[in-house]
Amino acid sequence: MAVQAQSPNPMQQKSIAIPVPEGVKLPIFMDNHSTTAVDLRVVQAMLPFFTQHYGNAASRNHSFGWTAEAAVDNARAQVAALLGGDAKEIVWTSGATEANNLAIKGAASFLRKQGNHIITVETEHKSVLDTCKRLQREGFEVTYLTPAKDGLVSPEQVTAAMTDKTILVTIMLANNEIGVIQPIEAIGAAIKARNPKTLFHTDAVQGFGKIAFDVEKARVDLASVTAHKLYGPKGIGALWVRRKPRVRIDPLIDGGGHERGMRSGTLPVPLIAGFGKAAELARQEMDEEQYRLATLRDRLYRGLTTRLTETYVNGSLEHRLPGNLNISFAFVEGESLLMALKDVAVSSGSACTSASLEPSYVLRALGVGDELAHTSIRFGIGRFNTEAEIDYVVELVVASVERLRTLSPLWEMHQEGIDIASIQWTPH
Amino acid sequence: MAYSDKVIEHYENPRNVGTFKTEAEVDASEVGTGLVGAPACGDVMRLEIRVKDGLIADAKFKTFGCGSAIASSSLATEMIKGMTLDQAAQIKNTQIVEELNLPPVKIHCSVLAEDAIKAAIEDYKKKRAAGAAPGSPRESVSKPAAAGSSQESGR
Repeated sequence: MAVQAQSPNPMQQKSIAIPVPEGVKLPIFMDNHSTTAVDLRVVQAMLPFFTQHYGNAASRNHSFGWTAEAAVDNARAQVAALLGGDAKEIVWTSGATEANNLAIKGAASFLRKQGNHIITVETEHKSVLDTCKRLQREGFEVTYLTPAKDGLVSPEQVTAAMTDKTILVTIMLANNEIGVIQPIEAIGAAIKARNPKTLFHTDAVQGFGKIAFDVEKARVDLASVTAHKLYGPKGIGALWVRRKPRVRIDPLIDGGGHERGMRSGTLPVPLIAGFGKAAELARQEMDEEQYRLATLRDRLYRGLTTRLTETYVNGSLEHRLPGNLNISFAFVEGESLLMALKDVAVSSGSACTSASLEPSYVLRALGVGDELAHTSIRFGIGRFNTEAEIDYVVELVVASVERLRTLSPLWEMHQEGIDIASIQWTPH
Repeated sequence: MAYSDKVIEHYENPRNVGTFKTEAEVDASEVGTGLVGAPACGDVMRLEIRVKDGLIADAKFKTFGCGSAIASSSLATEMIKGMTLDQAAQIKNTQIVEELNLPPVKIHCSVLAEDAIKAAIEDYKKKRAAGAAPGSPRESVSKPAAAGSSQESGR
């Protein structure tokens, strides 16, 4: 099957401009797993606490303090309600990275005499994995479970790895790269049946406020959340810490004993007020928004897969966040596609897009080969994306992939029927 | 850090994309092909040179790789046209880095382009030495190595 003779210099054309539909403003943000725009209603909720009610929430003796404290308590209740927990169980942190550090290091430190074994999964966020690595250097044993090809971990896998020395299991609710949702309730039940003294922590960052999650149903003892994935401000998160039965962890930060001794430091009241408002909005709008995002995501998926061949979805399509699509376009490297999608913000699992020049470790853990990892693109659809934007993105991605395939020697070989895997490559 | 204008320019207006295989008037004996990199690394460049009277009369490329890799190989085809084989073999990746303003993390793309030029030159020389006379039957230059073709890039 020879390559068809090409019409005179098609490659010399300028890249084709896709018309921008009515109502669509460039650049388009479709990277909502990395962060989200702050909802204007959240901004409104924050503003009074900068120049009007600017007291320190820990000031017990004047109205500035009392007002600030009331706002903080209100936000506690709002965040806790979205988790199915109690306001008193919320510990404010600077974000989910700190919450994960606090949960894992705090539990390990407090329970050191009970055991030294921790279980987690290869696909966790770096704030969990790097924390576990540090604990390994300090003498803890860590088991990193490998998920199945669809990204899921089973309760049986978890309990099979548990020993009498297992003090903590930490498994994220939903994955930030592939959007896959773990069977947290089944896992929680299995852990507690095997050993009720083993703590169960979940990094709930990507699922919180997006899918149904209840700390009682999930049998978790600790849960990390953050505001900036939920149309709230950056710089504020929380660790939910069970009180019944009481879970105790050592703090990371000392100095004044705020947050029941678990996290000292003056509370950022405006950020907390914003987080509370974002949680309240999510709780009210979640059902409708889930449906809307899934519809947009499915429209994107259909648009791309009906117009292009050799596309591969990474991770389970069934157990997945409604706004996530992680898809590989074979024979087109991810970073070149990101450059071609110049007015659309998305991300890629390609090595060329990471500072370390390593391809996505999440895709690797799923058994996705490096070639497909380098060609993967992550779309994160959110509250402010529209159908018109999805349609524009489909056109742009299709045109860009087709164009880059004309530049790709691998695509040419594939069309000629050559088995690329059989070639002796000589990497430099 | 935003993409460099020059890198974007090579994506929007790439020069010399394609292959000589589809050009009927080009004889296989005039062409040297360098294929470097690996799909598993996210970087594969194929550079073809057409040599007439000791000069690189034309060059074509195709690249699977990031914007900087595409730009590096596109620029390479521009640089070598009109050069002798010896001149082209002297090209250093640093010239590509400078012309495209490549940041440190992308320097390896320029190294691969330099490798591709050298591989194409070596492939051409090997074919001449093996005595592929002008007018001999066309060979497809992209058969897998197992079939014993001149696919490996030299180092």
